[in-house]
Amino acid sequence: MADATLLDRIKDPSNRADPYPLYARLRRTPVSRQDDGSEAGTWVAATHGTIASLLADPRVSSDTLPPADRPRTGNPLTDLIVKPIRDRITDAHRPFIFRDPPDHDRLRAAVMNQFTRERVQGMRDRSDRLVADLLDRKRGAREIDAVDDLAYPLPVTVICELFGVPREDEPKFHDWATQLATALEPDSLSDTEIRAENSRTFDAIAAYMADLIKEKRKHPQDDMLSGLANDAAPDGTRVGDYDLIATAILMLVAGHETTVNLITNGLLTLLRHPDELERLRADPARAPRLVEELLRYEPPVQFRTRTTLSPIPIAGVTIPEGADLVLLLAAGNRDAAVFPDPDRFDPDRTGTRHLGFGGSLHYCVGAPLARFEAEAALTALARRLKNPRLVADPPPYRPGAALRGPEHLRVAIDGIA
Amino acid sequence: MSPPSAGSPLRVSVDLNLCQAYGQCCYAAPRHFRIDGREALFYDPAPGADARVAIERARVACPVQAIRVEDPDA
Amino acid sequence: MAPSRTERAVIVGAGLAALRAAEAMRAAGFSGPLAVVGDEPYRPYDRPPLSKHVLTGETPPDATALPGRPGLALDWHLGVPAARLDRTAQEVHLADGRALPYDRLLIATGTRARPWPNPHEGRMPGVFTLRGRDDAAALRAALAAGPRRVVVIGAGFIGCEVARVCRSLGLPATLVDPGPTPLARVLGSTVGGVVGALLREDGVDLRFGAQVEWLEDEGGRLVRAHLTDGTRIEAEVAVVALGAVRNTAWLTGSGLSADPGGVDCDADGHVLDADGRPDPRIAAAGDVARFPHPLYDGRRVALEHWGHAEAQAVHAGRLLAGDRPDAPYSAMPTFWSMQGDVMVKSVGLTDGADAVAIAYGDLAARRFVALYGRAGRCIAAVSVDCARWLPACAELIAARAPFPPDGAAVDRNARSLDILAPGLP
Repeated sequence: MADATLLDRIKDPSNRADPYPLYARLRRTPVSRQDDGSEAGTWVAATHGTIASLLADPRVSSDTLPPADRPRTGNPLTDLIVKPIRDRITDAHRPFIFRDPPDHDRLRAAVMNQFTRERVQGMRDRSDRLVADLLDRKRGAREIDAVDDLAYPLPVTVICELFGVPREDEPKFHDWATQLATALEPDSLSDTEIRAENSRTFDAIAAYMADLIKEKRKHPQDDMLSGLANDAAPDGTRVGDYDLIATAILMLVAGHETTVNLITNGLLTLLRHPDELERLRADPARAPRLVEELLRYEPPVQFRTRTTLSPIPIAGVTIPEGADLVLLLAAGNRDAAVFPDPDRFDPDRTGTRHLGFGGSLHYCVGAPLARFEAEAALTALARRLKNPRLVADPPPYRPGAALRGPEHLRVAIDGIA
Repeated sequence: MSPPSAGSPLRVSVDLNLCQAYGQCCYAAPRHFRIDGREALFYDPAPGADARVAIERARVACPVQAIRVEDPDA
Repeated sequence: MAPSRTERAVIVGAGLAALRAAEAMRAAGFSGPLAVVGDEPYRPYDRPPLSKHVLTGETPPDATALPGRPGLALDWHLGVPAARLDRTAQEVHLADGRALPYDRLLIATGTRARPWPNPHEGRMPGVFTLRGRDDAAALRAALAAGPRRVVVIGAGFIGCEVARVCRSLGLPATLVDPGPTPLARVLGSTVGGVVGALLREDGVDLRFGAQVEWLEDEGGRLVRAHLTDGTRIEAEVAVVALGAVRNTAWLTGSGLSADPGGVDCDADGHVLDADGRPDPRIAAAGDVARFPHPLYDGRRVALEHWGHAEAQAVHAGRLLAGDRPDAPYSAMPTFWSMQGDVMVKSVGLTDGADAVAIAYGDLAARRFVALYGRAGRCIAAVSVDCARWLPACAELIAARAPFPPDGAAVDRNARSLDILAPGLP
């Protein structure tokens, strides 16, 4: 089958800078089977309609993580008693992006209950300030790295402050988050090395988080983790400690990886479309629609995986039960059936139902943060960078195919206003 | 009391058949959208003209594009 | 058919359907004079808030003007109803004696509240119906005055919404309906029972299997309602919520097939005359249009749904502008109702359902989707605070998928669903 290697080619780092032609080829078959050596195969949905339908299909499960399996240590006590218990605990308390209702709904509701409009509004104002400070630090520079200088520190500071993680502990999270984010890359789940490293990382971050939660119980602050640790959820229940740890880790990891890509992809896209950069500079009120178009055009999360609980007839094929699904959000976002002239970056499109944040039950929890952080960053960059030019186009990319974004984005400038 | 805003009020309606209570409008324009209970959206159908940017944020952010806005002064 | 001279269009009705139809006609290139006739003195406004946040006082009655596309260049004839249609002369006669000539006509006159059967009692101060903006403003004023009790007659969607609003305002409320539960005719008593439980928990005094026989006044004002079983309910405000009747009286003598149930249309949306022949100059849309629904084997239905008024109006507007849509109008019926802070939504039509299953969620948690079946096919679904599963149900209904649907779902392991009786009358 000619299409059999397309998914492999998407994962191939050499196609990272421009996977869109591969997506276009996949769209010719709305739902295609990609040979992965298994009987059920991996099924890729690549059109807007099929992705939107599968995201909202009750027969499609998010429970895609293989069972926890910590590496053996050689110590029989650990390997025979401690390990199975810890593995079982990890399995029973996965982060809620890998869970289904009703558990998913309960945990998500607890988070949303803390994700108040006041907190979010407070962080909106705060992120304008943070962006200003970060750019002030580069005054006099003739070149910036948009990733290291702005796109990374902004969301990380926001999520740490929102959750009440001490800023000085953040460097630890940098490596932890990078490691754990590989869980969204399909191949990593079958790689023993990566999984062993993920287990070690998870245990380290979980131990840190358990201590932090204790601290939040002793000395509650006005932050989300204190709220989750101490307040009852809307249904009157309290989130158990293991679920609380997994939830906090999820939020911190998600807050690290995704918005970085949105901001970096945003600046890259603006530098490739200087007219749009100029229009944003002249009219900052264009920022919301511009960010929305970015989420369509260069979504930070290119695809998500799922699994089927029953056979699903769709678009002329039947996905068998137990199949791995890849929902190619970024391909659906370039579907001409929904978005005329889809490869054109056009913030003035209307009625854009993009898939950049996924959809249905698992719609991105942090979407409001991502939106205003990107708005703040791009508006300030447009206003303050003097004569910005890309040093390398395409820039170097990080390895992830699902969480796709430049590793660095060097921009030559004449100064910062 | 906020001072009277310049210009006519905006006109807003939400297609609640489409709405799935993603709540993005409530974060974008907290003074004009609110979810009661789990899914019951309340919105201000006539926000002042000074809410223009917030309402625009809410409109574009709606994942199901259920928000319709008319700006009589536009 | 390319117009040889400037053609004139008239839209009778000035609600949601009228506005969306006018937009669709302009978008499709109709550039001739376009008149809009409305019996109320207002430009198109949104009705759903009238039974909710207008009554709570959060939304002023005059704040609900509908957003529309600018630059439509409409000639408004407001505050004057259409009195008569003369198809031979191609004129709409208004109640003030004027006549508007048309080459293309849209009938979008909607409905009015079904009045209390005794006209004298119906006009009594303290007795209200709820349909238009003025009705809502008057009822809001009455509720804000803090009546000792409100009696709501009829437990359809509007009646239930009003009862919940009364409770949110701290007003004692009694809801009277001859059925076994609220909404029994639309949702059946199985799902209606859940809505009833919500109302009861909210403190609404429920009287099911009961009927109001007459309304008593003292000094000209309502003081109590008498039920047929002799019970008396002391109440200073009565809200008559007995559904709606279609505004078709002005079509009497036009030769069109119309009655209080609507005006008949063909699959395209053109109205039919008494012999069943379409009039190519006239279309109908919204609550007033009775049309064969392709999804339900061409059964004639007239739908009082917000989304339907929009979608059918766009269809009819294009049709009248000469941009005939490729397929007959076949939008999936959808509606919502806000019962206090609980959202009830529906797709499809429950008529004739012989089975219902809780497909997702949990009745006890008041968060579920009920899927309705008829003769082994999925025909409708109702969600209570569970809207994100509704699109999947709409796909099942559109595909006429077998009922009960096979396959698992993420929130339950059991592959078989409990099949319940829907409890439809």
